[in-house]
Amino acid sequence: MSSQQVAVAGVGMHPWGKWGRNFVTYGVHAARAALADAGIPWGDVDYVVGGETVRNGYGGYVAGATFAQALGWNGARVATSYAACATGAQAIDTARSRILAGLCEVALVVGADTTPKGFLAPNAGERWDDPDWLRFRLLGMTNPAYFALYARRRMDLYGATSEDFAQVKVKNAKHGLSNPNARYRKEVAAADVLASAVVCDPLHLLDICATSDGAAAVVLCSAEYAARLGLDDAVRVAAVSTVTPTFPNTVMDMPMLSTDPSAATGEPEHTFKESIGLAAYEEAGISPEDVDVAEVYDLSTALELDWIEDLGLCKRGEAETLLRAGDTTVGGRIPVNPSGGLACFGEAVPAQALAQVCELTWQLRGQAGERQVEGARVGITANQGLFGHGSSVLLSR
Amino acid sequence: MTHTSLPAVDGWFTTSGPAPALIGSRCSVCTSTYFPPIPGNAGFCRNPACDGETFDEVELSRRGRIWSYTDAQYQPPAPYVAPQPEGEAYVPFALAAVELAEGLVVLGQVADGYGVDDLKVGAEVELVVERLYGDTTEDGSSQDRTIWRWKPVTELGEEADQ
Repeated sequence: MSSQQVAVAGVGMHPWGKWGRNFVTYGVHAARAALADAGIPWGDVDYVVGGETVRNGYGGYVAGATFAQALGWNGARVATSYAACATGAQAIDTARSRILAGLCEVALVVGADTTPKGFLAPNAGERWDDPDWLRFRLLGMTNPAYFALYARRRMDLYGATSEDFAQVKVKNAKHGLSNPNARYRKEVAAADVLASAVVCDPLHLLDICATSDGAAAVVLCSAEYAARLGLDDAVRVAAVSTVTPTFPNTVMDMPMLSTDPSAATGEPEHTFKESIGLAAYEEAGISPEDVDVAEVYDLSTALELDWIEDLGLCKRGEAETLLRAGDTTVGGRIPVNPSGGLACFGEAVPAQALAQVCELTWQLRGQAGERQVEGARVGITANQGLFGHGSSVLLSR
Repeated sequence: MTHTSLPAVDGWFTTSGPAPALIGSRCSVCTSTYFPPIPGNAGFCRNPACDGETFDEVELSRRGRIWSYTDAQYQPPAPYVAPQPEGEAYVPFALAAVELAEGLVVLGQVADGYGVDDLKVGAEVELVVERLYGDTTEDGSSQDRTIWRWKPVTELGEEADQ
């Protein structure tokens, strides 16, 4: 392992669900599980990065310190990251950079959330300069409405069907059956999806992910520390991409009411979501053909199909062909969301990008049990959040 | 009791001309045109290759093509304000993202009476202004709050067929 690489020493999670407890409880549970998995004592951790949760008061705003205090102050340096859905990956990026700079040896990254029921809505008060408030007030534009815009484009441009979207749910439900951290562990038939209520046409209730409580933690360490620990064959962080869009961002993005204008500059070469994966591949020197397994952000079933193309795992408009051939199922050519994805977890924002890294770590170690992707050596994650945030983490072994 | 009508948001669209239009801010250097308009038409152009800091108020194209569309089958949560009186059933509405000649896509609700079955990616729509919800003024009289919406354009050929 090169000194330019960072090892994933340990991973741990608190199961997703609606447990109704404080987010700190989940975070400490996940952190202790990750430290135990790594065989590293808490006293050796010299950097703690928390994923901020905006829903849980001041303790959530300073999540890094909140977790550090709950684990017992040990004098470690601390940071808190917020990047919407990409929060966990940005937290990993912060920890990794400090390790690579030689400024710390062992970093603990934790994300946890406690979520309310129903649609996610903006903060209270009259906020006329906040697009996240304005989109509800002026348009009634909820999160699923944005997901539905992308789904509809797949139908009108590439011939996708509601049945295709339902089959994504069927596949992910099957993947998540044996995952002890998944919230929903039940087989779903395509007919169940199609019979569920339409929320935002063409998406049914079972096409859209829920919001969940949950926590995930990752322990990262330097190559030298890994060698001392005997972790010569550890999973490595090959790349972390947290790029912002390039002007003009011409794809309608949540929570905006419009896109950037392209008339004066012309269209960009790559969409924002394409550029997220491209930056990860470039940083790692790995190409899409090398990828064995992917964990992508299926906020909706249709969005999983978009991500498969955005990550270059097939050509634009061909994701349905992969799905129908079983290529994206465990046992197929390029399994997608072997964890069960957001379909089986529901979203716990600051924890979700970390959960993707936990799953790929288990996959690359060969510890994923019944959902194991045989011989997986390279895995990629992808997600996108509000306001120009997105991430992709490439892991290899 | 007087009945008045006011935009639900100030300065984003105009109804003063022969037909309503969205108002944008056009960079005086690179001509990139932004919506929603930039307050006071003073700020920083978001084109990274441009250092423009002043903008001209312009009316945007009144017609565009549908980039995508959906609807809201359940009543959205606050700060959405329901248009129907208390106790009456919620009526779903459609939403469309529309590409304009200025090279930007603008979201909007779809005009009353039209649903997703009336829409198609690439189809032409035009801007209208309609009631979004009602509220009351300080003297207790009722008042409509209006918003821009996208209305399908019936092709002349189709009209002749009906």
